[in-house]
Amino acid sequence: MAQGFTRTEILPALPPPITERGAVKWMRENLFSTPLNIVLTVLGALFVYWIVASSLPWWLNSVWNAESLSQCREIVQAKAGEGATGACWASIRVWWGAFLFGFYPPAEWWRPILAFGLLFAALAPVLYAGQRGNLTLVLGVVAAFLLVTLYLSQAPTSAFVMVVVLVAGLIALAQVLPGKLLWFTLVYPALCFWLLWGGSIWSPIVAMAGFAVLYAVFRLTSPLIGLAPAAGAGIVAAALWWLYLDVPLLSALHSMLPLEIRSINSDQFGGFLLATVIGVTGISFSLPIGILLALGRQSDMLIVKTLSVGFIEFVRGVPLITLLFTASLLLQYFLPPGTNFDIILRVIILVTFFAAAYLAEVIRGGLAALPRGQYEAADALGLDYWRAQRLIILPQALKVSIPAIVSTFIGLFKDTTLVSFVGLMDPLRGVTTILRADINWKGIYWEPYIFVGAIFFLICFGMSRYSMYLERKLKTDHR
Amino acid sequence: MKKSVFFGALAATTLVAGLAGAATLDDVKARGELLCGSNTGLTGFGAPDASGNWAGFDVDLCRAVAAAVLGDANKVKFVPTTGETRFTALQSGEVDLLVRNSTWTSSRDSELALDFVAVNYYDGQGFMVKKDLGVSSAKELDGATVCIQTGTTTELNLADFFKQNNISYQPVTVSDDSEAQRQYLAGACDAYTTDASGLAASRATMPDAENHVILPEIISKEPLGPVVRHGDNNWGDVVRWTYYALLIAEEKGVTSANVEEVLASTTDEEVKRLLGASGDMGAKFGLDNDAFKRSIAAVGNYGEIFSRNIGEGTTINLARGLNALWTQGGLQYAPPFR
Repeated sequence: MAQGFTRTEILPALPPPITERGAVKWMRENLFSTPLNIVLTVLGALFVYWIVASSLPWWLNSVWNAESLSQCREIVQAKAGEGATGACWASIRVWWGAFLFGFYPPAEWWRPILAFGLLFAALAPVLYAGQRGNLTLVLGVVAAFLLVTLYLSQAPTSAFVMVVVLVAGLIALAQVLPGKLLWFTLVYPALCFWLLWGGSIWSPIVAMAGFAVLYAVFRLTSPLIGLAPAAGAGIVAAALWWLYLDVPLLSALHSMLPLEIRSINSDQFGGFLLATVIGVTGISFSLPIGILLALGRQSDMLIVKTLSVGFIEFVRGVPLITLLFTASLLLQYFLPPGTNFDIILRVIILVTFFAAAYLAEVIRGGLAALPRGQYEAADALGLDYWRAQRLIILPQALKVSIPAIVSTFIGLFKDTTLVSFVGLMDPLRGVTTILRADINWKGIYWEPYIFVGAIFFLICFGMSRYSMYLERKLKTDHR
Repeated sequence: MKKSVFFGALAATTLVAGLAGAATLDDVKARGELLCGSNTGLTGFGAPDASGNWAGFDVDLCRAVAAAVLGDANKVKFVPTTGETRFTALQSGEVDLLVRNSTWTSSRDSELALDFVAVNYYDGQGFMVKKDLGVSSAKELDGATVCIQTGTTTELNLADFFKQNNISYQPVTVSDDSEAQRQYLAGACDAYTTDASGLAASRATMPDAENHVILPEIISKEPLGPVVRHGDNNWGDVVRWTYYALLIAEEKGVTSANVEEVLASTTDEEVKRLLGASGDMGAKFGLDNDAFKRSIAAVGNYGEIFSRNIGEGTTINLARGLNALWTQGGLQYAPPFR
């Protein structure tokens, strides 16, 4: 007898069919959706397999401890059998110091390390303006980094004392007046110069005093003769200071209180130390110069405009290598005989000019993206030129240009490897050539390239991530 | 009109550069340091070690000059120069002396206004092939692929050689020695050609050196030597005779180890003059009288320099060959020291 069936409770929901969920669904949708995609997926998988299969043994057979390339090869043969290949990272281990510092004396390695750590302390107030939490975090990381690396590089006790006092002072300042940390950023270039090149402590102080003279003269005379003439007078006064008062004052101060650390020659700089010095100096000086050039190009004043356009077009029209050769060879012809103008300084100046010309065009793009109304609004508010630029125009123009500016910076940093063409010891070609000239390591090929490439990637990737963070932070529109 | 202004400016700058180099010896003494243009890194000839101390066959000649002029073989600043910058660095006064395995050619002597003062290494272009290719002479390389560094004189020599022998080849151009070695070992080319000394160094460091042979033909003359600026003859003399002093020292059996002993005991008048015990030969160059003795004491004689850096027993293992003394069938011959 048939009895009607009535379900009284709801069945539990079944999972979707196997083809419609999880990895299978994802693969069906993304890898095997059409015949063309199937073919491409198979080819791609074969390619990846080929790469991995051909290089994996090389990575797995890595040798970290050896005295020479032939020893490396023997170790690999002993481990993996006849004919096996393996990476010989021992070469990097042995030449580690040269890759990082060039021929900077090992007893003084703590100085570039300290300068590098403090670089972040100096950058933090710019990168995280006024954010107490982030500033404290960065300073704390800097302190930890410095204490560990200084210990590893066997720095003298005085360096530790200096780090603890300095960083503790900065952290305290960050709690009370985070805005004032910018002063450290302003002092940092002189401190960094002194740490890296050494010599009397008075030389950076007296040189920085020139800027103080510039500012004082500017402030004192600007109410009397106007902004531009006052700036001119300040520059003249500072130039006089540097030309005539710098040297005698320096020797007088030095004889009164001789505080100095061992001075290091430029030709001992190399590796990532050199790349960082050129890159960071170029980046930090090219941005302000680039902004001025971009504004100059938009200016109504004929001379300013012509000079800016001429500079930008000339420098952009010439390859960087040409400028580097100019720095290394041609300048020497035009300077008086016997002058010894430091080669790193020459290269830094020309690299800065090069980057500044590109940045000027990038920023001009940002300026052009602003609606005309913004300029008119600034005028309507009665702001003078500099206030209008500083408060209204530039913040918006720079925000628009962030990705392109950071691209230029990354390009500049990578271009520092080109200095090997003028005989400087950059990490990629300079140190690698020397490493390969060492009879123990002659014949090594991939390892130095991979090592240097990895470090460059880390630095450039870091810059790129920061720029994305900055873009998100500054995003005010609702698109 | 414009052109003449340009050339005028060029002439003026050349004049300034000429003035800068007019008295290099005095400049070096005043500076207390010799600026020696060197290689960015060439195995056995000139390269720094991991702690930045330069060593090599060319480097030792710089040290000898520094010992003669300044009395201290360590008062040298080695300025790494690339193939592109080396001669301009010398002309512009960036370096006092260039010892960077540069080939003495007529155009470099005339057009570039440089002076090659001596030949410290007689080199020549050779070929390296894999043994299983079964080739015993470069003339059998018909149709072969050859790895060659671009922009060098070796490229031109190679073309000349194959043309003269009426055989064909296919060049595989590479940028530097390490890449050439890489390509050659990977089988991208049948033969690798460069200076014979470079071939020997490359072969010595290969994983399977016994499977590669250097063919007997040397297809070019590559006399390598120290270079100074044209027009400063006194400085050129100092460099030239420092080098000759090292040669004479080998000829007379004076070494860095026995130089004091020889000085005390020798009866050879030329050795006495060389070591400054008689006459005033050093003073005639504007140097101290024992200048050349200091050079020998600092770096040893030519034979010692050779065997220490590139000679038999080192990894590079070069035979003296053309670089033996003239008394032993080589080309190294110093004029008399009197």
